[in-house]
Amino acid sequence: MNILMTFIQKAIAQGVAILFGATGETLTEKSGNLNLGIPGIMYMGGIAGLMGAFFYENHTTDPIPLAGMLISLLCTLVAASIGGLIYSFLTITLRANQNVVGLALTTFGVGFGNFFGGSISKLAGGVGQISVATTAKAYRASFPVLSKIPVLGQLLFTYGFLTYLSVIIAVIVTFMLLRTRVGLNLRAVGESPATADAAGIHVSLYKYVATVCGAAIAGLGGLYYVMEYLGGTWSNNSFGDRGWLAIALVILATWNPVHAIWGSLVFGGLYILDIYIPGLSRAGKELVKMLPYVVTIIVLIITSKRSKLENQPPASLGNSYFREER
Amino acid sequence: MSKVHTVSSKEPLFHMIKRDGISAGKAWAIRLIAVVLSLIVCAVVIVAITHQNPLEVYAGIISGAVGTKRRIWVTIRETLLLLLVAIGLTPAFRMRFWNIGAEGQILLGGIASAGLMIAFGNVLPGWLLLLLILVASMIAGMIWGLIPAIFKATFNTNETLFTLMLNYVAMQLVTFCIVYWEKPAGSNTVGIINGDSKAGWFPALFGSDYGLSVILVLAVTLLVHIYMKYSKQGYEINVVGESQNTARYAGINVTAVIIRTMMISGAICGLAGAVVVSGASHTISTSTAGGRGFTAIIVAWMSKFHPGAMILVSLFLVFMQQGSIQIASQFGLNENASDIITGILLFFLIGCEFFIRYQLEFRKKKQEKEVQA
Amino acid sequence: MEMKNAIELSHVTKRFGEVVANDDVNLTVREGEILSILGENGSGKTTLMNMLSGIYFPDEGSIKVKGQEVTITSPKDAFDLGIGMIHQHFKLIDVMTAAENIILGLEGKQILNMDKVKKQVQELTATYGFDLNPDQKIYDMSVSQKQTVEIIKVLYRGADILILDEPTAVLTPQEIDKLFAVLRNMRSAGKSIIIITHKLNEVMELSDRVAVLRKGKYIGTVETRTATIESLTEMMVGEKVSLDIDRSEPHDRHKRIEMRGITVRNAEGTKVIKEASFTSYSGEILGVAGISGNGQKELLEAIAGLQFIESGEILYYSPEGEVKKISDMKADEIRKLKISFSFVPEDRLGMGLVGDMDLTGNMMIRSYRNGHGFFADRKKPRKLAEKIVDQLEVSTPSVETAVRRLSGGNVQKVLVGREIASQPTVLMVAYPVRGLDINSSYTIYNLLNEQKEKGVSVICVGEDLDVLLDLCDRILVLSGGEVAGIVDARTTTKQELGLLMTGHKKSGKEKEVLS
Repeated sequence: MNILMTFIQKAIAQGVAILFGATGETLTEKSGNLNLGIPGIMYMGGIAGLMGAFFYENHTTDPIPLAGMLISLLCTLVAASIGGLIYSFLTITLRANQNVVGLALTTFGVGFGNFFGGSISKLAGGVGQISVATTAKAYRASFPVLSKIPVLGQLLFTYGFLTYLSVIIAVIVTFMLLRTRVGLNLRAVGESPATADAAGIHVSLYKYVATVCGAAIAGLGGLYYVMEYLGGTWSNNSFGDRGWLAIALVILATWNPVHAIWGSLVFGGLYILDIYIPGLSRAGKELVKMLPYVVTIIVLIITSKRSKLENQPPASLGNSYFREER
Repeated sequence: MSKVHTVSSKEPLFHMIKRDGISAGKAWAIRLIAVVLSLIVCAVVIVAITHQNPLEVYAGIISGAVGTKRRIWVTIRETLLLLLVAIGLTPAFRMRFWNIGAEGQILLGGIASAGLMIAFGNVLPGWLLLLLILVASMIAGMIWGLIPAIFKATFNTNETLFTLMLNYVAMQLVTFCIVYWEKPAGSNTVGIINGDSKAGWFPALFGSDYGLSVILVLAVTLLVHIYMKYSKQGYEINVVGESQNTARYAGINVTAVIIRTMMISGAICGLAGAVVVSGASHTISTSTAGGRGFTAIIVAWMSKFHPGAMILVSLFLVFMQQGSIQIASQFGLNENASDIITGILLFFLIGCEFFIRYQLEFRKKKQEKEVQA
Repeated sequence: MEMKNAIELSHVTKRFGEVVANDDVNLTVREGEILSILGENGSGKTTLMNMLSGIYFPDEGSIKVKGQEVTITSPKDAFDLGIGMIHQHFKLIDVMTAAENIILGLEGKQILNMDKVKKQVQELTATYGFDLNPDQKIYDMSVSQKQTVEIIKVLYRGADILILDEPTAVLTPQEIDKLFAVLRNMRSAGKSIIIITHKLNEVMELSDRVAVLRKGKYIGTVETRTATIESLTEMMVGEKVSLDIDRSEPHDRHKRIEMRGITVRNAEGTKVIKEASFTSYSGEILGVAGISGNGQKELLEAIAGLQFIESGEILYYSPEGEVKKISDMKADEIRKLKISFSFVPEDRLGMGLVGDMDLTGNMMIRSYRNGHGFFADRKKPRKLAEKIVDQLEVSTPSVETAVRRLSGGNVQKVLVGREIASQPTVLMVAYPVRGLDINSSYTIYNLLNEQKEKGVSVICVGEDLDVLLDLCDRILVLSGGEVAGIVDARTTTKQELGLLMTGHKKSGKEKEVLS
C-alpha cells in the first residue's frame, strides 16, 4: 500500500511536465501547426526560469521566495514564447516546412538549455553548482493541512502549485476549444485555413497566438521539472525525451487535454515502473524502461486504424497557408 | 469616373507573390546573404557571452575547425558522417516518408558493430570481421527502418512519431547491451573496444585513419545519387512521393516501394553506425548518434536532396560546430554552444528559402504609378 | 423606375505573375436583380468575384458598394459590406455541425450558446423554405445540403449581395429547381444575386441581365430578354463557332469490355457501384452520363484495376480473340498481360500526372518499366514529350517544365497525348474537357473521334449532355451507382437522359431545366 502510494505520487510527478507539454502542443496543433520544437522549448523554459531565479537569489542577500517564483515564472514564459515566436515566424510568415523548423528549434533549444545549464555558474563568475533553494522551496510548498490527511490528502495535496496548474490549464484549454467562440474559430483554422479565412477569421493571427501560447504552456513543463522535480538545479540532458513523449501524448489523448491528464499519469507511471517492479535485474530494468516508447508505438498503430473522424488530427496539420496560392 | 484613388491606408504594406522561377545565381545569392546574416548573429551571440573581439572569435572558430591537422581530420570526419546520414535519409524523404528515426538506425548499426568487435575480435581475421561488421550494421539499420515502413504501408501509421519513438527504444537497447559489455565493470561504459588488437577497426588508408570512411561515404553518395536519378526504382520513389494516387494509377505497388525504400534508407543509416563505431569512436554509448539523425534531415531537406549541396551544407554546419566547440572550451564553457550556433544557422538557412520561392511587392511603387495616372 | 447600383467595379485588373486574370473590367450590379456572369473556363469570372469577397486584392481599379468607394482586403470586410460568396468548392469544416459552420468567424459572446444559434438558423430555413438540421455534421451531408449550409451561412451574416459560383454544377435537376425558386424569393426580398456560370440555359432561365467576360476582359452586359443563346455564345467566345462535332458511323464493332454485375464499395463501406453490367465495343464512343458522384469515377477505375471489386466480373476481349478476366487484377497485373488500356482520370494532376515532374518525367509514368535493365530510359519519353508538344500544340517553355505550371488546357493535352500514344485498345476518359476553353475542347473531341475511327473502344464520362449527345454513339446513364439505362445517342433526348439520371425510368414529369 505504501509502495503503491509512493508509486502514484512519483508517477504524477513524472507526468506533470509531460502534461504541460501535451496541453501546449494540443493548442498548437489545433491551429494546424505541428510543432516538433516543443522538446526544445521545454528546455528553454526550464533553463530560463532557473537562470531568472539564480540571478535573483545571487544578487539579493535575503531572497524572498515569492519574488523568486514570480521572476522565474516570468522568465520561463518569455523564453518559451520566444521559442514559439521563432517557430511561428518561420512557418507561418516564411512558410517553411514545419517539421524541419521544429527539429531545428529542438536542436537549438536543447543546446540552449544544456549550454546555459552547464555554463551559467562560470558566466556568473564561478559560484560552483547552481542551486536556487529558496525559489524551489516556494515551488515545492504543498497544502499545509490537507496534505497531512492520510491516503487521500497524501495522494491529492502533497504537490507544488504547478501540478495543480497543469490540470487547471488542461481543463481550461479543453473548455476553450470546445465551448467558446475563439476555440471554434481556432479549430476551423486547423481544419481548413481557407474556410476559416473565407469566414473572416484572421488565420495567421490565430496561428501565431495559439503557437506562442502553446509554447508558453509547454515551457511551464520545463520549469516544473527544474524547480519542483529537481529542486532548483540543473543536470544536462536529464530532462531527456519528455518533450517527445508530450507530443506522443497528444495523439493518445485524441487532441483533448482533459484526456491527456490521465494519459500523463500512465506515461509517468511507465517512466518509473522499473524502480517499482521487485526483483528486476539491471538488464531487465533497461528493458522495462522501453515501455513508454513501446506503448506509444502501440497506441499509434491502434489510432491509425481508428476511423472516427473527430479523433483524427486537424485536417490541415503540417501545412502552411497562403491565401493567394493557386 | 471622378477619381482613381483606390489605395487606402487599409491596404497591406506589401503582399507576397509566388515566383514563377528564379535563376540559380539569384537563389544562391539569397542563400549567401542568409549565411552572412547568420554569421553576424552568431558573432553577436558569442561576443555577448564571451565579451571577445568578434574578429578574434572568428579566428578562434577557424582555428577550431581547421587549425591543426587533427582538427582538419575531425572536421572532415564529422562532415562525412553527417553527409552519410543525409544521403541515407534522401530516398525516404523523396518518398515523403518522414524518417526521423535515423538516430535509432545509427545506434542499431553501432550495436551490431560493437557486438561483432567484442565477440569476434580475437577469432576472425581482420578483413572478414570488417566485412561482417559492414554487412551486419546495414542489416541492423535496415530492420529498424523496416518496422515503421510496414505499419506505414499497411495501416498508414504516422511514421514521424513511430520512428521517433524507435530512437528511444534503440537507446534503451544500447544501455541494455552496456550492462553486458561494460568495461571496466561498474563504469557503465563500454570503453575502447579492442584497443590493443584494433580488430574490427577501420584500417588506415592513404595515411589516415579516416581514409576508408572517406571512400565509403563518397561511394555511397555516388551510388544513391545514381539510384535516385537514373534507376527505375528511383523513379518509382519519386512518383510515390509526389502522389500515391498517381503511383497506383501507374501500376506501382506502393506498399512494396515504401518498404523497399525504407530498407535502403535504414541500411545506409545503419552503415553510418559502423562508420562511427568501427571507424572513429571504437566504443558505443547512447550518444553515439549524437543528434546527427536530426541535423541530417535538415541538411537533406535544405539541399533539396542534391548531393553537392549536401556536402556544402554539411561542411558549413560542421565547420561552425567544431569552431564553436573550440571557442567554448577556450572559455571553459560547455560544448553545447555548438547546438545553439547550429540552431541559429539553420533558422536563417530555412528562412531564406521563402525569399527564393516568393517575392515581396511593396505598396509604395504602385501608389506612385497611380498618382501619375 | 429607380434602379440603384449595389456594386460598381471600374477598371479592375488582377495579375498572377505573368498571367492577367482580369484586365480592366467594369461591371455594375443593381439592387434586387439576378445578374449572370458568363464566360468560358479561364475567363476570369471567379477571380473577379473573389476580389469582391476579399479573397484576392485587385492590382488596379476601384470598387463601389452602394455608392461608396470601398477597400476590401479580407472576407471580413466583404461581410461587413453585406457581400457573401458561396464558393464552388464549399468552404465548410467537415467535422463540425451545420450550426457551428454558420457562426464561424462571427463576433459575439465568447461562451457559445448553440441553442440560440440553432433557433435563429431554424427561423431562416423556415423563411426561405430550406430543409436543414443544424446539428448535422457536414461529413454526413449530401452536396445540396452542404450548399444550403453555405447559403444560410451568408444569409445569417445579413448579406444582401450574394455571389454564387457555379451553384448548379453538382445538383440534380430537382435541386436546381428548388435553388432557383429560393433565389427568386431572395430577389423579391430586394437582395442582389450574382451567379457565375457557363451554362447558357440557366442564364436564360434565371437572370435579369448577363455580363460576359472573355479571356479576362469585360465584353459587355445585356438584358437577358434581348439575348439569345447564339448571341451570348458569340460574346463569350468572340467569334461565331460551329458547335457541331463530326460523328462517323461505327464500323467493325467487336466486343472489348464486358462488365457483368459489378459491385464496388468505397473506403467508407458504401456501395458506389451496384450490379453494373454493360458491354463496350471497338470503333464506338460509349458515353457515361449521370449526376456528379453517382459512380462514374469508380466505374472507370474498376475497369482500370484501381478499385477493389466486391462481386461480379469484368472480361476483356482482345483484338486477337482472346478473352481474359481482369476483374480480380490490379493495375500492374493488367499491364503485365500486355493489355493496352488508356485512362484519362478526372483528377489530372492528382492521379494522371505528377504536377512537380517535367513533361518527360510524366511520359515515363507509362513507359519507365520498358527495357530489362536496372535503369530507366529517358530518351524515348523525351522524344514522345517533344512529339506531343509539337502535334497537339502544347504551349510550354520546354519539355523540362513542371506540368503544374502549364494551363489547364495544356495539362489535359499532355495527359491525353500520352494516353493515346500507347496505342490503346480501350481508351477511358473522365470529364475530358472540364476547365478547358472551347477551342481546346474541340481539339480533345477530335482526338477522341480519331481514336474511335482507328477502332479503339472509347468510354467517355461527361457532364455536358449536349456534348455527349453530339459525340457518343451510345450513352450509359448511371444513377446511384446503378446502370439506369443504355440509350442510342442518335435517337435519345436530353429529357430522357435527365429522367434516367434521376432514377425515374418512366415518369411523366418533364425536367424544365434540362430543356
